[in-house]
Amino acid sequence: MSEIPLPQTVKRVAPWWLLRHETMLAAILFVALVILGVLNNRFLTLDNLLNQGRLTTEVGLIALPMTFIIITGGIDLSVGSIVGLCAIMLGYSWKIFGFPLPLAICFSLVVGAAAGFLNGLVITKVKVPPLIMTIATLALYRGLAEGISQAHSVRGYPEWFYFVGQSDLFGVPAQLWLLLIAIVVAGIALDRTTFGRTLYAIGNNETAARFSGLPVDRVKLIIYTLSGLMAGLSAFVLVSRVTTTRSDMGSGYELDVIAAVVLGGTSIFGGLGTIWGTIVGLAMIQLLKNGLALTGVKGDATIVVIGAVLILSTLVAGSLQRRRDGV
Amino acid sequence: MIAATLTRTEADPRRLLKALASQEVLLAIAVVGLAIAVGFYNPRFLATRNLSDVLLGNAYIAVAAVGMSMVIISGNIDISVGSLIGVLATLSGTLAVDGAPIIITWLVPLVVGVLVMAAQGAVIAYLRIPAIVVTLGMLSILKGGLISATGGKWITDLPDGFHLADIELFGTVPMPVLLMIVATILAALWMRHSASGRTIYAVGGNAEAARLCGISQPRTTVMVFALHGFFAGVAALLYATQLRVIQSTVPPNLELTIITASVVGGVSILGGVGTVIGSSLAAILIAEIASALVFTDVSPYWIRAVQGSLILITVIADILRRRRMAGA
Repeated sequence: MSEIPLPQTVKRVAPWWLLRHETMLAAILFVALVILGVLNNRFLTLDNLLNQGRLTTEVGLIALPMTFIIITGGIDLSVGSIVGLCAIMLGYSWKIFGFPLPLAICFSLVVGAAAGFLNGLVITKVKVPPLIMTIATLALYRGLAEGISQAHSVRGYPEWFYFVGQSDLFGVPAQLWLLLIAIVVAGIALDRTTFGRTLYAIGNNETAARFSGLPVDRVKLIIYTLSGLMAGLSAFVLVSRVTTTRSDMGSGYELDVIAAVVLGGTSIFGGLGTIWGTIVGLAMIQLLKNGLALTGVKGDATIVVIGAVLILSTLVAGSLQRRRDGV
Repeated sequence: MIAATLTRTEADPRRLLKALASQEVLLAIAVVGLAIAVGFYNPRFLATRNLSDVLLGNAYIAVAAVGMSMVIISGNIDISVGSLIGVLATLSGTLAVDGAPIIITWLVPLVVGVLVMAAQGAVIAYLRIPAIVVTLGMLSILKGGLISATGGKWITDLPDGFHLADIELFGTVPMPVLLMIVATILAALWMRHSASGRTIYAVGGNAEAARLCGISQPRTTVMVFALHGFFAGVAALLYATQLRVIQSTVPPNLELTIITASVVGGVSILGGVGTVIGSSLAAILIAEIASALVFTDVSPYWIRAVQGSLILITVIADILRRRRMAGA
């Protein structure tokens, strides 16, 4: 009767922090940096690295709330479409409705938050699965962007508008400061607040979280709204960098964002993940793009690699987790 | 007490069936009603030429929606199908231009479609990776791979015999419409009356109960994806052979149109419920709406917003209806 196997304490061969997903990923990142640096002398320059940081900001801003969402076991496929919709709303409210530009920027952020709020509202109140809800709004928001703009673009913003997208502040690309602030806030929120711990609780066992009296629906509503808001911010940074507004902006972002988050060790099944992991995942994705570009691979072939990385990293993470759980 | 519960559960499938029948009737009414309404506004919409163009040009979406419906009924999702259709159409066209026998150019897309989808099904079922991750990854692999391999160029000089979509049976029924009807009816009969067809509903409705009944969920998933790949292959053939040229890129947002057709056709995104007849009707309805926009002078750029709203409304209505039925 007493032969129920007790959980055995595994003898650790290395300190715990060395075996963490993020640490291993950071090590791979470091090795990849060195190899790419040796292969191409244009790669490991401060200029190039800072420029890569500039390019990764738009995806990075969205990847932070996406980490929250995936930790709760949800997903948001509509982020790329929200970027498109917000870019169009920014350009159109300024050029066509005649809003002053600062107001137009705020307006596009509100539109982004509202788009995310609608996702969250239907997901929590009607209980539509996040995957289906955001596939529907992936079509809807992109469709609104196309319908409103009639595929016309908006150009000719005033000079100051390009500051965030193209200028440097203290020697670092301006938008990178935005990303850094967002990272610090998101990291603290996830690790050190009740809100952050609630996300893990929901992802591990939603029913238990509900019965523990945690405000599950309210927290979900907040993270989907946040996701829309950050997609709006990302649209602003993107328009400011590329100086034009088109309705197809941000299409395919969902791939980069989800790949970065999953690569960073956040479990697609929920309950597991860190902001630091997402940062390293983001760096890996951008590195991959830059490395491939420098070796002469075109943009279309890059998404092949990112797609493969997405599948493989989920595969590896899944099997590692199974081994850890002893299944 | 027990007797009461029994009659309730026995009555349930019939009520469910009724609700489903009404979804299909509703769609049929919508298809006819919309045609009449737009016809009043602009009689040219009702011209035989236009209506048959709508049907011919979109039959491949209905065919692909048959497979997609099976996938969704079994409780999965696939967003890679649009890219796969683009790849298969290009593959078929390239073979035809290179002088392969016509029959080979028709068979290869079917086989490759089945293989690619079955492989995805196996990864989802046996390695337990969520379908959305696998198919999102595959979407980018196929899409990026196709564009970087072909540069998106047009395939021209297709041999005459290649054009499957031009064949008319008895000189009247065009092949795309025939294939659409045959695929829909066969799939509907198979899913309703065969044991293997029923496993799709069983797995999608309650995976645990299905397992206890001795149904292998992984095997069903692989089977469903393989069939989905077959229908994607047929759809790719119709798509490739309907025009004189093939553009070797992925048709934009094709997967969204196909998913819309399935969901609007009454396939429940919670799995376990739906028919392929509904999804074919919905495919026709969506194509009709796109054409109606043009004939009522509304910009076609709104079509995707219409699609998105259609999915949203149907899904919300489906969940609310189920909730009421469960509560009643």
